[in-house]
Parts: sequence; structure tokens; C-alpha cells
Amino acid sequence: MTYLYAAYFATWAIHIGYAIYLVGQYSRLRDEMKALQSRK
Amino acid sequence: MKRLFPIFGLLTGVLLSYALYLALEVAPTEQTMGDVQRIFYYHVPSAWTAFLLFFINFAASVVYLIRRNMKADVVALVAAEIGVVFCTIVLVTGPIWARPVWGIWWTWDLRLTLTLVLWLIYVSYLMLRRFSSSGQTPQIAAVLAILGALDVPLVYFSIWFFRTQHPQPVIGGGGSIDPRMLHVLLINWAAFSCLAVMMFWSRYHLEVIKREVDDTQALEALLETPRGPR
Amino acid sequence: MRLTRATLVKDLRLEWRSKDAINSMLFFALLVVVIFSFSFDPTAEESRQIAGGLIWVAFLFAAVVALNQTWAREVRNQVLDAYRVSPAPANSLFLAKAFGNFIFVLLLECLMTPLFIVFYNLRALGPGYQLPIVAVLGTWALVVNGTFFAAMSLRTRAREIMLPLLLFPISIPAVLAMVEATTSILTGEYSARFWIVLLAAYDLVFTTSCLLLFESVLNAE
Repeated sequence: MTYLYAAYFATWAIHIGYAIYLVGQYSRLRDEMKALQSRK
Repeated sequence: MKRLFPIFGLLTGVLLSYALYLALEVAPTEQTMGDVQRIFYYHVPSAWTAFLLFFINFAASVVYLIRRNMKADVVALVAAEIGVVFCTIVLVTGPIWARPVWGIWWTWDLRLTLTLVLWLIYVSYLMLRRFSSSGQTPQIAAVLAILGALDVPLVYFSIWFFRTQHPQPVIGGGGSIDPRMLHVLLINWAAFSCLAVMMFWSRYHLEVIKREVDDTQALEALLETPRGPR
Repeated sequence: MRLTRATLVKDLRLEWRSKDAINSMLFFALLVVVIFSFSFDPTAEESRQIAGGLIWVAFLFAAVVALNQTWAREVRNQVLDAYRVSPAPANSLFLAKAFGNFIFVLLLECLMTPLFIVFYNLRALGPGYQLPIVAVLGTWALVVNGTFFAAMSLRTRAREIMLPLLLFPISIPAVLAMVEATTSILTGEYSARFWIVLLAAYDLVFTTSCLLLFESVLNAE
């Protein structure tokens, strides 16, 4: 049973890790876009 | 399109929870392996999704080389990246399953090794994309993706023969699957495919914006220079 | 075809005068052999099982050293750009480079094999005449992909690192085939025929696809 939970946990950890990476990229892009717009 | 995204996300969430409930509660317990076998419902759908995404990567690369279409290039990149994410899950959950069932973490079995080699090939693809300078990346990456895909049957045969030559732990392959289990498996696959589609969608969107921002920045830099430092 | 020959002759002559690639490859392979013999106990019976792997790993690493230099000479003085604008077919250039590397690596193998035999006390228990076939097919497999990927990694940052990163994953089946064929010939335990066929198939597939795709790599813009 421990192994089962470990596997499910690992799966979600990887998915959530990737999602966090995506969100991080998004927010960085948003900052860059703001910087571009404020310069105009 | 944009309004559809949260709705689709909600649906995916519901489907994933339902699939989790099915996998943990509804699916019958396997007789020999016990509860550990339930890893199957996460492991196998991830593997299918990963292979599907790698195939999409190959198809998009071919389209890119023929048509020189930017969209195809973005699709190829995104498919490879999310494919690697799913493939990582397969490679992580596999040993966790193997340990209690076979008593070993890893065996150089055909499917395991093939998955590992695929993972290596696509990680090298992503490395190439990261390391190469922007202008020629799509073309070079598409070429690598095609070569990588051509490599798969060769890898398959070589490992298949390698395995038949060497002793290996007996792994219960084949056999029929309980229809209830199959049902749970398919629901789980549907749920994970929806998750993959969502990731694909957001990553695609991200990449498109990123390219626009990069282009704008390059343009800005070009326009700024004559005016000197601000 | 004439262009292939001209480029090949030019490369060989340049190499003959400087001997850069062959010297660095030879010394590198020698180092690998010596370090391996420290990390394993090279007693006769055991070494027969692992020698196939050792030989090819040494050659693989040494080949990467040579492959990295393949295009460096052409980039330095913008010769590659001249090739690109010239009407000469890209494939003949690729073939010349691949043949040049093929000759270097084959030469290296001829020089290193006696050393392996001495250090690891080897003797083929299987049909020894198959060894040269494996060597030629295996070397071509490494070199055709390596030349291609070296051209690809020209357009990247950190290009010296990029080549093995691209080459090793793709050539896993070829390396497996070479190692297994060599081991099976050395131990004489089973037939190497399947592996030779696999190597030939690998060569065929990748020579064709490299020739088809090289133009788009050379002209990538």
C-alpha cells in the first residue's frame, strides 16, 4: 500500500511541478510584456 | 477559446478525481499483486499518452520540414516537452511498482529499456532546442526529431534480441485483463489525456506569446540603439 | 562525386600534415584503455565478457574527439558559407566528411586493437573473420551519425558538449549491436549474425536519412 501511495504521490508531484514551471514562465512573460508596454 | 479553458479545466479535474476514485475503490483488487497493482491505472495511461505525444512530435516535425509552418514547430516542441513529462512519470512509477512485485527496482526488460531510450532521445531533443540559437532551431530540431523517430524500431529490435539472449526475471506478460479493470484503465486514460490536452493548450499558448515577446524585444532593441542609452 | 573526392583528398592531406585529429584520438583511446584496466581486473576469462564493451566505449569516446573537429576547420574561415552559396550539392560535402572520419576512426581501430589484445589477453573463440565486418559496419554507423550531428551542433552554443548529447541516445542500438556482436565473437557462445544484420540495417536507414536531410541542416537559416 505504501508503494501505491508513493507512486500516486510521485505522479502528482511531477505534474504539479510542471504546472508550477508553466505558471512561473507565464508570470515572467507577463512582467516582460508590462515592461515593453510601459516603455512605449 | 479563452473562455472555454476554465470549463475544460474543471471537467478535467472532475474526470481525474472520478478516475482516482475508480482506481482506488471500484477496481477489483488483483489477486497475486494486491493493492500495489493499482499503480497500473496511472502507469499505463501515462505511457500511452507519452507515446502519443512523441508521435505527434514526429508528425509535426515532418509537417514543419515540408511546409515551414511556425505552428507545426511550436506543436512539435510542446508535444516533446509534455511527452517527456509523462515519460518521466512512467519511468518513476515503473520501479515503484516493480520493487514490491518483482523484488527489484529495475530490469532491462524490453518495454522498460525502450521507454528509457525514448526518454533519452527526447531529452536530447529538448536540450538541442535550448542550446541552439533561435533562427535555425526549428529546422535542426525537426531533423533530429525525425532521426529519433526512425531510431525507435531499431532500438526495439536490438533490445528485443538482447533480451532473448540473456536470462531475465520472469515477468507475467500477456494474460487476459478483467473487463472491470479495463474500464477503469480507459477512464483513467481519458482523464490523463484531458490533462495532457490542457497542458498542451497552455504550453502552446505560452510559447506563442513568448515568441511574440521575444520578437518585440528584438525589434525594440533595434529601434532603441540609435537614440543611445536612456 | 568529383567534389566528394576533392574534399576528401583535401581533408586527408590537411590531416596528414598536421596529424591533429589522429594524435589526439589515439592518445585519448589509450588513456581510456589504461583507466579501464585499472577499474576492472583484466583477468583472461572475465575480460572476455566485458572486452567488447570496453573496446567500443573507448572507440566511441575517441571518435567524438575527432568528430568535433570535423567542421571546425570549415567554420573558422567561413569556408562553410562558401560551400553554402556554391552550386555544389550538399550531399557530396557530407559524404566527403563522413568518409574522412571513417578513415580516421578505422585507422585508430587498426592501431588500438593490438593493444587491446595485449592488455586484455584476448583471443576470438568464435568466427574471427566476422570481426572486421562488425568493425567496418559499426564504425560507419558511428561516423555517419556523428558527422551529421556535428554539423547540427555547429549552430548551437556549447557545441563540443552538444555532439555527444545528441549522438549517444540515437546510436544506442548501434552501440548495443557492436558490443554484443564483438562479445559473441570473442566468447564464441552464440552467433553474431543477427547483430551484423541489425548494424547493416542501421547503416542503411541512417545513411539514407542523413543524405536526405543534410541539405536542410547545412542551409538552416
